[in-house]
Amino acid sequence: MTTVRSDDVEFPHSREHDVTSSPNELQRHFERTIEHDHRIEPRDWMPDGYRKTMVRQIAQHAHSEIIGMQPEGNWITRAPSLRRKAILLAKVQDEAGHGLYLYSAAETLGADREDLTVRLIEGRQKYSSIFNYPTLTFADVGVIGWLVDGAAICNQVPLCRSSYGPYARAMIRICKEESFHQRQGYELLMTMMRGTEAQRRMVQDATDRWWWPSLMMFGPPDVESPNTAQSMAWKVKRHTNDELRQRFVDMTVPQAQALGVTLPDPDLRWNPERGHYDFGEIDWAEFKQIISGNGPCNAQRVAARRAAHEGGEWVREAAAAYAAKHTGGRTGPDRHKSTYAASAAVQDRHKSTYGDSGSAA
Amino acid sequence: MSGDAAAVSPRSQWPLYEVFVRGKRGLNHVHVGSLHAPDDEMALRHARDLYTRRNEGVSIWVVRAEYITASSPDEKDPFFAPSGDKVYRHPTFYEIPDNVPHM
Repeated sequence: MTTVRSDDVEFPHSREHDVTSSPNELQRHFERTIEHDHRIEPRDWMPDGYRKTMVRQIAQHAHSEIIGMQPEGNWITRAPSLRRKAILLAKVQDEAGHGLYLYSAAETLGADREDLTVRLIEGRQKYSSIFNYPTLTFADVGVIGWLVDGAAICNQVPLCRSSYGPYARAMIRICKEESFHQRQGYELLMTMMRGTEAQRRMVQDATDRWWWPSLMMFGPPDVESPNTAQSMAWKVKRHTNDELRQRFVDMTVPQAQALGVTLPDPDLRWNPERGHYDFGEIDWAEFKQIISGNGPCNAQRVAARRAAHEGGEWVREAAAAYAAKHTGGRTGPDRHKSTYAASAAVQDRHKSTYGDSGSAA
Repeated sequence: MSGDAAAVSPRSQWPLYEVFVRGKRGLNHVHVGSLHAPDDEMALRHARDLYTRRNEGVSIWVVRAEYITASSPDEKDPFFAPSGDKVYRHPTFYEIPDNVPHM
């Protein structure tokens, strides 16, 4: 539908643009789009760094949703009532859905879904450190909904305005669904707090274990987050890690009071001058251990994902064979090309450029 | 394992489908996202599970992404130039006195 096509190897994503567009013009057009708070859409020209950052961020986010099914999925068969079981099933199913929305968004940038899965199970791409902690009691299900999903909402609401269109749209859908996740968790905890002394102790114990890891979900402190400035300039990120962490603390303290639990931080107190809660030092050494793969459940989580992927292989093959039989072999290797991804050449090129060095979100 | 490469293609070689959902009667189908599926019927089922878990739709279309022909997304695209200078296609182009009713 465009007038001129070029095989300009240096800017393969610009195939849809007039050949007279110089690199500088493309860059300026990209920057202006961001300045005006317009969204970047899949087939727009974008700098390689932007594409790489988006693929890395979206893939890590997708992996987090998929791995995030495991800690709670663990409790589905042991939920204390049919009501809780149905809720937990729905929640875990949502996490799967969120992962799929995000993999789709990553694919619009030329990433390949199979390849992303392989990177995850080979430990070459990361997911949120929080899912490497174990869920020891059923109170953990409630605390994950309250704190972990609460922190995720804090992180994700601003991402609904992320400059990359497909990511922002996926985030809008996800945020709508996360609200149920947080509320079911809090309601579960309120129910337990109205129960026996032992149940109240379980809630406090789960809060003690999940509070600090939840604060780590916002990533390293701003001074140690070198990519933040670029991500803010690209409007990929709208607030710094520390800003979001503070917002989460401020929101959560009154919720803890209403619930009747103590947050495990002796330094946590209201600071009237700042208009925020002060809180204690996060154990960044622990965070680094976990993102380097040495958390309590890292190996288990990845092994479970690998087992699911490999165990499902025969199903994928059977479905493909059935489709081939009934469509006369229409489902061939060359027939999956996205309308978004500009060309096979772009995809190949980006396979080599994105992702291997991902740090935690 | 069959020797037929197409029959044993891994999931990534399942075609990509774009998904459109009609939110309720009276509305257009709107693009909501995409998914991979081995065939049209599975695409429809996956689309239901993935995009309508909360009554978001009364009707779903799925279409293989490869069958969509798209214009360039660029807002400056000359493809859209023909409509750019035809302000007379808009009702506000015409000045009608305020005392003329119902117009």
